Amino acid sequence: MAQTQARLITLEEGLFAAFLVVLAFACLIVAGKTYDQVMAFHAMLGAFVAAGSVFVIFKNYFDDGGIPIPQEINGKPNYNMAPVKFGVVAAMFWGISGFTVGLIIASQLAWPALNFDLPWTNFGRLRPLHTSAVIFAFGGNVLIATSMYVVQRTCRVRMPGSVLPWFVIIGYNVFIVIAGTGYLLGATQSKEYAEPEWYADLWLTIVWVAYLLLFLGTLWKRKEPHIYVANWFYLAFIVTIAMLHLVNNATIPVTVYGTKSYIVWSGVQDAMVQWWYGHNAVGFFLTAGFLAIMYYFVPKRAERPVYSYRLSIVHFWALIFLYIWAGPHHLHYTALPQWASTLGATFSIILWMPSWGGMINGLMTLSGAWDKLRTDPVLRMMVVSVAFYGMSTFEGPLMSLRSVNSLSHYTDWTIGHVHSGALGWVGYISFGALYCLVPWLWNKKNLYSLKLVNWHFWLSTLGIVLYITSMWVSGIMQGLMWRAYDALGFLEYSFIETVEAMYPFYVIRALGGALFVLGAVIMAYNLWMTVRHGEAEEAEASAAGHLAAAE
Amino acid sequence: MNETYSAVAGFAQTWGLLYFVVLFGIVLAYVFWPKNRKDFDDAAQIPFRED
Repeated sequence: MAQTQARLITLEEGLFAAFLVVLAFACLIVAGKTYDQVMAFHAMLGAFVAAGSVFVIFKNYFDDGGIPIPQEINGKPNYNMAPVKFGVVAAMFWGISGFTVGLIIASQLAWPALNFDLPWTNFGRLRPLHTSAVIFAFGGNVLIATSMYVVQRTCRVRMPGSVLPWFVIIGYNVFIVIAGTGYLLGATQSKEYAEPEWYADLWLTIVWVAYLLLFLGTLWKRKEPHIYVANWFYLAFIVTIAMLHLVNNATIPVTVYGTKSYIVWSGVQDAMVQWWYGHNAVGFFLTAGFLAIMYYFVPKRAERPVYSYRLSIVHFWALIFLYIWAGPHHLHYTALPQWASTLGATFSIILWMPSWGGMINGLMTLSGAWDKLRTDPVLRMMVVSVAFYGMSTFEGPLMSLRSVNSLSHYTDWTIGHVHSGALGWVGYISFGALYCLVPWLWNKKNLYSLKLVNWHFWLSTLGIVLYITSMWVSGIMQGLMWRAYDALGFLEYSFIETVEAMYPFYVIRALGGALFVLGAVIMAYNLWMTVRHGEAEEAEASAAGHLAAAE
Repeated sequence: MNETYSAVAGFAQTWGLLYFVVLFGIVLAYVFWPKNRKDFDDAAQIPFRED
């Protein structure tokens, strides 16, 4: 452009830069005064990232000559897709890392020598690394990336801010790195799915508030009068996770110069808050967020509108009002009063309705287009995902009943249940979304190879089946062995006998996990080749192609 | 202690039930209100209207 109007640094850039400068100095002070090596490492990491970010903010200001980014180009919204691309790459990276750590710990259970007798690689530290890597790193990046994509597209407007979207996606990944390295070095709150220590939690709170503002800001600017149902699910996910995170991490650090903190809740109250958090992490992170993906990507890929938009509204309100009460079913036969765990189980049973309503809505979107399942492995992946959603939301309420729970709790059955939801539902809907997103984001006509998607699909489906069935057998066997008495009323089996009996199933489970990892590696290769060598889509054809889908 | 429990339980079992039923009723009324039908059919097309 010939004539450029140099602008002053915007308020947004200025505030972010000022905040990050203060943060960098605060981190330096903590790093200097701490007695705790983990804290020193994390504080230095924080100082470097904060200082580096300030540098990048100013570099961008000088590089773009101070020209504001246009909101529209040729009357079309100038979508901000670079942070989405970052999230997609990060998700794939964390996905393969997280699945691989899962495979390692599954193998450790079969062959304990793989612990290597080192503190950093033992099961106790790698297990939270696995769960956080797959749920928060892989799943979280998929959710943030797709939500940024979907909210812009369905509101037909560019996300607000120039630094804000980057702050959200990079800040979130910094949180992941701090949390993950913390586990390996032994810093943990020891609360399941809430292991990161107080300073990581504080950082996530800041990032999450920025994420909420970014999402709300995009909705506020929207050109489309109606807020599409996927955005409702994303918003419920963001708001509820904020609330859960704050209440379950109400900790007081021993000192700001150390990693250790103590929770303000005590005893059974702490347990109740933890499982209120834990179950709603499943309900709002792993369900509501990924249902948002389902409500956008399944119609988009099948090229038909959602089966019933009205059902999706009932689904949304019923799901969010019911899920929040189901947590106490994790605490049957504990110090928690029985009425509370009965309440949790009751709400879990009621949840059958919205869960299956949502599943039917997702599956029936294909009605009249079922033939696409034969030809499009990406759509098949998403449909199988919704089927797994139906299966695991059927199994869950069953396991929440006190009588079933007395057999299933603390056994591998729970692990099998979680993985039918995690690998089947969350994994497959994410894979489907990523397979859709990569060609769209990098302007390619199609994926590099649908054949490889087929290989991914069948390998990982076989892996999931091996995983779930071996855990069902192992879990139920374990539960039955624990409760077996002999004629004199003594326990029939010692604990180590149950461990020995589970060995073959642990091997089968590890094999299933290996197939799942292999599938994900094939996927990463396929996506990489799509970006590098995929056939470019012409700009005009792109717009027309998307519009033609409207029927 | 016991009175507190029965008071809370009594409240939850009556007003809690009513609260959920009324909420559900409101959602159903909103969803099936004849005038809203066109809006919902239109909203279902949003993913295909992008540029």
